[in-house]
Amino acid sequence: MKKRHMSKNTKTVLILLVIAALIAIVPLFARKGASFGGSDDAGSVMVEEVRGEEYEPWFTPVLEDLLGGELPGEVESLLFCIQTGIGVGIIAFFMGRLVERKKWMNKYKEEEQDKKENTDYAGD
Amino acid sequence: MTRTSMTHREKLLVALSGIFALSFAAAPQAKAMHIMEGYLPGGFCIAWGLLCLPFLLAGFFSIRKTIQENRKALILLAMSGAFIFVISSLKIPSVTGSCSHMTGTGLGAILFSPSCVSILGIIVLLFQAILLAHGGLTTLGANTFSMAIAGPFLAWGLYALLKRLKVNRRVSIFLAAALGDLFTYCVTSLQLALAYPSQEGGIAASAVKFLGVFAPTQLPLAIIEGILTVVIVIALESYAEPELKLIGYYKEAK
Repeated sequence: MKKRHMSKNTKTVLILLVIAALIAIVPLFARKGASFGGSDDAGSVMVEEVRGEEYEPWFTPVLEDLLGGELPGEVESLLFCIQTGIGVGIIAFFMGRLVERKKWMNKYKEEEQDKKENTDYAGD
Repeated sequence: MTRTSMTHREKLLVALSGIFALSFAAAPQAKAMHIMEGYLPGGFCIAWGLLCLPFLLAGFFSIRKTIQENRKALILLAMSGAFIFVISSLKIPSVTGSCSHMTGTGLGAILFSPSCVSILGIIVLLFQAILLAHGGLTTLGANTFSMAIAGPFLAWGLYALLKRLKVNRRVSIFLAAALGDLFTYCVTSLQLALAYPSQEGGIAASAVKFLGVFAPTQLPLAIIEGILTVVIVIALESYAEPELKLIGYYKEAK
């Protein structure tokens, strides 16, 4: 009973993940040759278009000031990875604990059940 | 005594902001990414920052209360925060040929409260503004308002509404998270439009233009965000039932 319930959830999760992956991957093939730049940059371009003149940001990112230039692309991807890593680490750590706990809780419940049945027999 | 009055004030704040967020929800759908450093005039930076303050305070109180009353619920809070970290770091290609990323704020808003998420969200925004030159310190107030306040509030409000209408829980979560994400980008467009009204047509024309940049890119991403939020909620339902019960997730709407 419990098994079947789980596998239904598992199936839902798998299907959902496949859909999500498809939505993310299909554009790559559908729009071959597109640059896939950030929409932040597109936003900045739009600011200039709306104003009808070039816009000079009045404040530059702190780190760029310190470095005296833009963050190198590879380093930027490193920092993004760190961000992802921190998040995934926390989620994986807690999920691991919770999954393990559920196992123990089920086991404990079964043992309790067994004990109860045994005492019932003894009572007869 | 103090505790009760705080709760009361929190409730009031939440109610007010809910009305506020919903009044914005009538605006056309669109989205935008974080506003870049230095791209917002000083007055706007300060104004958005001030607007965020009450929400951040409410979030701070509400997190403190959670920690005091339900230490066990901290796991869920940490996971909601981590979820925002992960989701907002993933840049995903979209059909328009440019990349954008999701917000991940729907989960925390649904499980806890939108004000809690404002604290979690500002941590992520600070991380990105300082280390990644993504978003910015001067535009922190505006970005916090769109990503960590407006979006989560819409998600939370929508979820509460759908729950009341007895819509399937997973469908509700999907819709709340996806539309919360979209709404974040609507607000960003509006913020940019307010700062840069078009010469012809003013703020409205300008807003439509900014929406045109962000909306088509973000729409597929909002769907992905909805899906991922449902996935993690399924995981939590399977393994973190006691904690979910603690924070009142299973409570039926009255």
